[in-house]
Amino acid sequence: MREGCALVTGGSRGIGAATARALGEAGWPVAVNYRSDADAAEAVAAELDCGLAIQGDVSDPAAADAIFTRAEEELGGPVLVLVNNAGVTADNLAMGLTDDDWDSVVDTNLSGAFRCTRRALRRMLRARYGRIVNVASVVAMKANPGQANYAAAKAGLIGMTKTVAAEVARRNVTVNAVAPGFIATDMTADLDASNALLEHVPARRAGTPEEVAACVRFLASEEAAYVTGTILTVDGGLSA
Amino acid sequence: MPETVTREAIQTRVYGALEEFGAEPTDLAPEATFEALDVDSLDLVELGQIVQEEYGVELKGEDMPKLKTVGDAVDMIAERAGV
Repeated sequence: MREGCALVTGGSRGIGAATARALGEAGWPVAVNYRSDADAAEAVAAELDCGLAIQGDVSDPAAADAIFTRAEEELGGPVLVLVNNAGVTADNLAMGLTDDDWDSVVDTNLSGAFRCTRRALRRMLRARYGRIVNVASVVAMKANPGQANYAAAKAGLIGMTKTVAAEVARRNVTVNAVAPGFIATDMTADLDASNALLEHVPARRAGTPEEVAACVRFLASEEAAYVTGTILTVDGGLSA
Repeated sequence: MPETVTREAIQTRVYGALEEFGAEPTDLAPEATFEALDVDSLDLVELGQIVQEEYGVELKGEDMPKLKTVGDAVDMIAERAGV
């Protein structure tokens, strides 16, 4: 088992859970952060050789420090791999978005990722090693009516990814993002995946959380040391 | 903040931090420049976090370009700590 640990925010299900499993297979002790579904997070953690479920809502400004402190104490080392995956949606046409719809999506998807990144960097810089992977979305680059808040947060995440990557590259800390397209998870369960949406996907199918997790695992690996500030699109050709 | 913060204590702490960042102990002096010590902007941000925790002194982003030498940093920290 490695020294240090990995932390996946929003790790109880979907892409986060698949990523926690992939990082566990890569040999990392993994902190599986969750907001509300303790049973699911505990189940993911229990599957791993060394997993720990940690409750915390990343939209709460105090949460990042509490989550990291617990991970460091109970998994025996600094967080050297951070996957900012926690995300929520509150879809509506822009004209109908409430302030709460806007704030909740930006707070969780963007501000939460920033605070976790800031908390992680100091230990990573001292360790002269770190891997941060942000889970963005293809909607950051391409219009998806009904998701102005989500698109703004994910586009912000990409801007943050590139800038922080440039700031810390000289310390062997990399910061990258994946941009999933249509992935079959609870978040997309309400969308009708059987027809119109998938016609636009050259692969003619939805992606799986495991296919995104494999990309995160690569970006989080030692082998990806010279890959930083990049966005790896995982969308079956949707944006090709 | 400890009750007996002295300028000497601050300088000692700053020297200690710079050594942790990789500076040669024999090169540390008030007139030594951060550039010559190979202490970069990331190190200075970390130094700012250390003095905030230990002395309650805030070094802001806008302060950083003014800090050219070790003495500049010790002076600024000491001044803001009321020493």
